[in-house]
Amino acid sequence: MQALNRKLFRDLWRIKGQGLAISMVIGVGVLTYIMYLSTFDSLQATREAYYERQRFADVFASLKRAPLLLSERIRSIPGVSQAETRVVVDVTLDVEGMEEPATGRLISIPEIRREILNDIVLSHGRYLDPGRPDEVIASEGFAQAHGLRPGDSIKAIINGRRRQLDIVGVGLSPEFVYVIRAGELIPDDARFGVFWMGRQALAAAFDMEGGFNDVALSLMPGARAESVIEDLDTLLRPYGGWGAIPQSLQLSNWSVENELKGLEAVGRVVPVIFLGVAAFLLHVVLRRIVTVQREQIATLKALGYPNRHIGLHYTYWALAISVGGALVGTVAGAWLGRQMLGMYNQYFRFPNVAYHLESEVVAGAIAIAIAAGIFGAMSAVRDAVRLQPAEAMRPKPPSTYRKSLAERIGLQRILSQPARIVLRNIERQPVRALISVGGIACSLAILIGGVFGLDSMDVMMDIQFELAQRQDLQVTFAEPVSPSGVHALNRLPGVMTAEPVRSAPVRFRSEQRARQLAITGLPSMTELYRVMDVMDLEQMPLPPEGIVLSASLAKVLDVVPGSPVTVEVLVGRRPIRETVVAAIVHEYMGLSAYMEIDAMRRLLGEGGSLSGGYLKVDTERLPELFQAIKETPAIAGSTLRRAALDSFNDTFAENIGIMIFFNVLFASIIAFGVVYNAARVSLAERSRELASLRVMGFTRAEISSILLGELGVLTLLALPLGMLLGYGLSLMMVSAFETELYSIPFSANPRTYAWCSLAILIATAVSGLLVRRKLDHLDLLEVLKAKE
Amino acid sequence: MTKVYTMGEVKVHALRGVDITLLASEFLVLLGPSGSGKSTLLNILGGLDVPTEGRVTYRGRDLSSADDATRTDYRRHHVGFVFQFYNLIPSLTAKENVALVTEIATDPLPAAEALRIVGLGDRMNHFPAQMSGGEQQRVAIARAIAKRPDVLLCDEPTGALDISTGVLVLEAIERINRELGTATAVITHNAAVSDIADRVVQLSDGRIVADKRNSDKIPANQLRW
Repeated sequence: MQALNRKLFRDLWRIKGQGLAISMVIGVGVLTYIMYLSTFDSLQATREAYYERQRFADVFASLKRAPLLLSERIRSIPGVSQAETRVVVDVTLDVEGMEEPATGRLISIPEIRREILNDIVLSHGRYLDPGRPDEVIASEGFAQAHGLRPGDSIKAIINGRRRQLDIVGVGLSPEFVYVIRAGELIPDDARFGVFWMGRQALAAAFDMEGGFNDVALSLMPGARAESVIEDLDTLLRPYGGWGAIPQSLQLSNWSVENELKGLEAVGRVVPVIFLGVAAFLLHVVLRRIVTVQREQIATLKALGYPNRHIGLHYTYWALAISVGGALVGTVAGAWLGRQMLGMYNQYFRFPNVAYHLESEVVAGAIAIAIAAGIFGAMSAVRDAVRLQPAEAMRPKPPSTYRKSLAERIGLQRILSQPARIVLRNIERQPVRALISVGGIACSLAILIGGVFGLDSMDVMMDIQFELAQRQDLQVTFAEPVSPSGVHALNRLPGVMTAEPVRSAPVRFRSEQRARQLAITGLPSMTELYRVMDVMDLEQMPLPPEGIVLSASLAKVLDVVPGSPVTVEVLVGRRPIRETVVAAIVHEYMGLSAYMEIDAMRRLLGEGGSLSGGYLKVDTERLPELFQAIKETPAIAGSTLRRAALDSFNDTFAENIGIMIFFNVLFASIIAFGVVYNAARVSLAERSRELASLRVMGFTRAEISSILLGELGVLTLLALPLGMLLGYGLSLMMVSAFETELYSIPFSANPRTYAWCSLAILIATAVSGLLVRRKLDHLDLLEVLKAKE
Repeated sequence: MTKVYTMGEVKVHALRGVDITLLASEFLVLLGPSGSGKSTLLNILGGLDVPTEGRVTYRGRDLSSADDATRTDYRRHHVGFVFQFYNLIPSLTAKENVALVTEIATDPLPAAEALRIVGLGDRMNHFPAQMSGGEQQRVAIARAIAKRPDVLLCDEPTGALDISTGVLVLEAIERINRELGTATAVITHNAAVSDIADRVVQLSDGRIVADKRNSDKIPANQLRW
């Protein structure tokens, strides 16, 4: 086989341009596979190790207040291994250098360090000193956002009093890998921070001495979380328990889990597209090579080479190209995976993220590259094996041509000879033409699929921040207040409009399905925070009866409009009510439930209370307003819309830009690979014919126009098809990447389609020019002398 | 035997009933105009093709009903081919083209030796594109003889060559026949070549029209045309 292998290497070198183009497509497929799955594995492994090391709890519950004595009864629930009672309180922070107030979540920890659930990892500084009640450990994100170090201090409004907290350490906790407040879309490290404080000090400040308002449990191996939750809820109900949740629904973990799911989905879908295109390119190129080499194959057979050797020979071609691409893709994928992991580490707070590239992932990537190679080589190998040597020795009869459709319907007078050649060629090999059109269309589809996310993001931002959330500021009261609270809000400096909101945590039940969530109660029609249906972009008026669920929540609960739902209110008098799903609203972010505010109050069994408000304010007077909020103990937190937008733009948008850059790069590689190969194949097939034309006196430009004209016609045919495929691919991606956390809005912006088409046209033109250079160097005599 | 094949949309009757025996160590020349069926006959003798009707046997083995693997094996171990257009693999050097055969044959000549026999000992590392037509054809002969074939089949070996180069090529073939005792069949439409044969068979329109022994055999270097 040595001589055959040498033939392989030299032949490969001769088609290096085409081989490289295909290798790159395969490389990109492998790269995306490695990048996404290694990032997935690394995050997964990091998360598991972190949870294990820091004893991340299995069940979480919040309550109003229970005596410490209850903790013994919690510990004796069958299946509970460890129980940690805590005091958890949200307070307003006054951060130096920041006008608007921030929210701090104070969580109690033992003054003397011991192994607790949800244990913190100190990244700087030290643990608390039992003798100093004002010491706290700050969460890393908040500390970084404000440049806070051990030794610095921060002011918190605790029970209406400004109190200085001294930061002695900076730390992380498995409970806050994704540091986000319930009901918000985007982590905002500057405006939300976690502080761990000594149990005694925190309890004293909030009247929690001898009691607790939060509990975390770990379970024995094999224990069922559901039954423990049931028992725990029974125990906590008299003490204002909000309903326990399993680890899987803990906000941070749930967000991380959903992000990981998305990552894995992309990692399994995208590479398949690239490798599919690569297999198809190999198919075209190898079949062409087998045609060109039919005499060589016949000779080898005449010399006594068995079919097995010849079949293997052409399989090796494909393998050399695909394995070469796979190796480069693996290296590049590992590098990009590292970068991507770094990017994820901007939102996920892990103490140390180690990049893992599992050997199974590499093996998997190479295996699918090889599979793509073999798949692409199959028909060429079959051609080579089936080739009858005696037949191949005879000169090939001239190919059968006929008049093209355009000529048959009487257009021949307006067609030049070269134009006729172009049309007849396309018609003579309709399958080949179709395959080329398909390949070019695929590249356009991938390009569209890669960049439609940009438009989606615009759509989402527009709807979220221009149509739905039009308030400047959202405030939340520490405890629900009486209806006069709206007037109080209106009287705050700079407030132009205030709209009330009453939200309360509940548990929804529908047959076997249950979910804990807050219902947001709003006036039927509002000006500021509006319930928008993203399908028709209309505000949905909240009906006087019944509940409106987001489509994602309806899916979780498996309900449709008209379905009955049980709502267990988890605060106040804790009524359990039956209600009906009045409507379903389509939204992009998260799970949500809405009710008309009076219906909400009836559900809660109370008068006209409100839990917060949405404000439109005179931005000139913001500093004044913030000052007032900081001094109003009843207001526990506030969120500035502009800040949310800025924080979104700072982190997400920038990273999305990077991702889209790579998508465009990868799609261009495919476009170039397809077009360049199509051009090279038709040049190879037609060089003899084109040279004959040159001998007859055609100019270079004229013969170029025959070859490139054919390519141009195919590209123009491919564009509409590609747009259609791109549309379908975008739809597919929208549904593939949908998680509970968010769904990507579908978008088909004509401008994007036009830009993508232009990019494909440029790729076609560039590869056409490269091939044109080859055409200019056509050796006329050599071409004519050789027997075709 | 007869052979009918379809070319494009046309049915071609290449052989219309041919009966021929090639003897061991015989030097046979097949004469005939183009289209007379010479190449078809040669392809069938070499196991590249099977007749539409009739039988072909090699030392008692039936080739006409043999499957592809058996015919491959026959070609691999017993037949050497020389083609009119040389059919060298362009990406391999002279020596490597010969090695193509020596690597899969049992007890072959060394590739270098085969090239020396055809007078190309000093051009072994040239690629086909760097050699003249005669040189390429001699590489093809070296490739054909390197396996020490029992049958050497040459399809217009001098067809693409000028006279002096053609003589060099024929000398090489004659030498193989004489020194290795290889049964040799050479197709040509050049009647002058028949002077170096033991036996001359003439084909016309798919039939044998003459089959004569040549009593005045002359060495190739005395050929004139």
